[in-house]
Amino acid sequence: MSDWQPSATIERLTQRAALFAYIRHFFQQLNVLEVDTPVMSQCAVSDPFIDSFELDYSPVVGIDTQKYYLQTSPEYAMKRLLAAGSGAIYQMGKVFRNGECGRRHNPEFTMLEWYQPGYDDQQLMDEVEALVQPVLGLTSIERVTYSDLFMRYLGFRPEQVELAELVAETKKHVDIELEDDDPDTWLNLLLSHVIEPQLAHVDAIFVTDYPASQAALAKVRLNGAGEQVAARFELFIKGVELANGYHELTDHQEQARRLRADQAQRGSLGLPQRPLDDRLVDALAAGLPDCAGVALGVDRLLMLASDATSIAEVIPFDHTRA
Amino acid sequence: MANFSSNQFKNGMKVMIDGDPCSMVDVEFVKPGKGQAFTRVKLRNLMSGRIWERTFKSGESVEAADVMDTTMEYSYYDGELWYFMDPNTFEQVGADENAVSDAKPWLKEQDSVTVTLFNGNPIAVMPANFVELEVVETDPGLKGDTAQGGSKPATLATGAIVRVPLFINQGEVLKIDTRTGEYVSRA
Repeated sequence: MSDWQPSATIERLTQRAALFAYIRHFFQQLNVLEVDTPVMSQCAVSDPFIDSFELDYSPVVGIDTQKYYLQTSPEYAMKRLLAAGSGAIYQMGKVFRNGECGRRHNPEFTMLEWYQPGYDDQQLMDEVEALVQPVLGLTSIERVTYSDLFMRYLGFRPEQVELAELVAETKKHVDIELEDDDPDTWLNLLLSHVIEPQLAHVDAIFVTDYPASQAALAKVRLNGAGEQVAARFELFIKGVELANGYHELTDHQEQARRLRADQAQRGSLGLPQRPLDDRLVDALAAGLPDCAGVALGVDRLLMLASDATSIAEVIPFDHTRA
Repeated sequence: MANFSSNQFKNGMKVMIDGDPCSMVDVEFVKPGKGQAFTRVKLRNLMSGRIWERTFKSGESVEAADVMDTTMEYSYYDGELWYFMDPNTFEQVGADENAVSDAKPWLKEQDSVTVTLFNGNPIAVMPANFVELEVVETDPGLKGDTAQGGSKPATLATGAIVRVPLFINQGEVLKIDTRTGEYVSRA
């Protein structure tokens, strides 16, 4: 007997269609333009820990292939549209991440990403809140800085500890054989292994002001204490990472520097070197409007709204049946 | 011995950790959107029974444990060890208290069980999902009460005590689910 049957029930797929309709209606009301940027790109995401699928494009069958990469997020292309004057835009579609497979991961998944010119991270959090509240039946969502979150659940502030202390603290909670001199590796372990399980008892929380070293494509600004933090936030629902947003970096020189820093880190970790998207840098040089943007996992939103225990239960066919 | 890479990990896989054979009870892929991927595994040490969580780097590999599950018949208890026989070779192995702890309440002579061997030594014994055991002691059955609720304790031939319906009598043979320790039906 083959496993031809779907991994989701028809009832869940009906909820899925209703969620898509709700999301499109939400943005239509806000006059945010729907776009669909290419799924295949000549460049790949720079993040060292996000792996792209490679494709071979052949102008003639079987010969002269050219590498393309499946998008891991529509971020670069959407920013090029913003720089071209699109105004507020959203995209809901499939993105692809190689190797990501588990209860909350499927190598292809549906991402909702949107950008609001003129917004900062705080204003965009208001909008994320407005979108998810009716779906999840939530009241207002608490906002806690990354530093306060660590203080609350682990009793220390990441910016106040040395690497050795951080490693010792992590090993108290996590049984792992690992040598790594990047503090962010240890912070991520503590967040995913110690804090997230405790957030499972918290309906919803925005974590804000990430360490500057984890800015990704967010602006870095000074917080009230005069320390550099990333204008980045994440939304956790019952301990599940649901959305990641930035007050977007608009400085093209800094953008180019970060792309090259990612490439260098890939090199030192022995990860594949892939073409960096210089078109993104050029778009920023031409002028990306001051804006905030966020990406949200739609499958996870449906998991949370329908009490599913695995992502397979909310998508028609998980990758083992695809 | 073969190695398993973290991307092959799955429930039930037997691996060597710090010199002891361990079984994977739960395997979870952990990856923050922007961070490194890890595999968090709940492990049970098959020697000590200890259950704990260990985290592996993506691509990290561990040695497979030379562990084999075999079907054997329970023979007897000599006051120290429980003896099991391979029905094909008639070879016998003796298992200690620690290895039989989960199976002990359900061990009846000549019943088939699954014995986990590590380097030829029994380290765990699993009873069949269902066993049939005689009631050696219980309050007298209530006549006519065949369907209504209500239960009472009954001691079985192995010494295990289970809740049974009121109509069950001493001397009857019952079918028990060893995974839950619950009465299923008359045998």
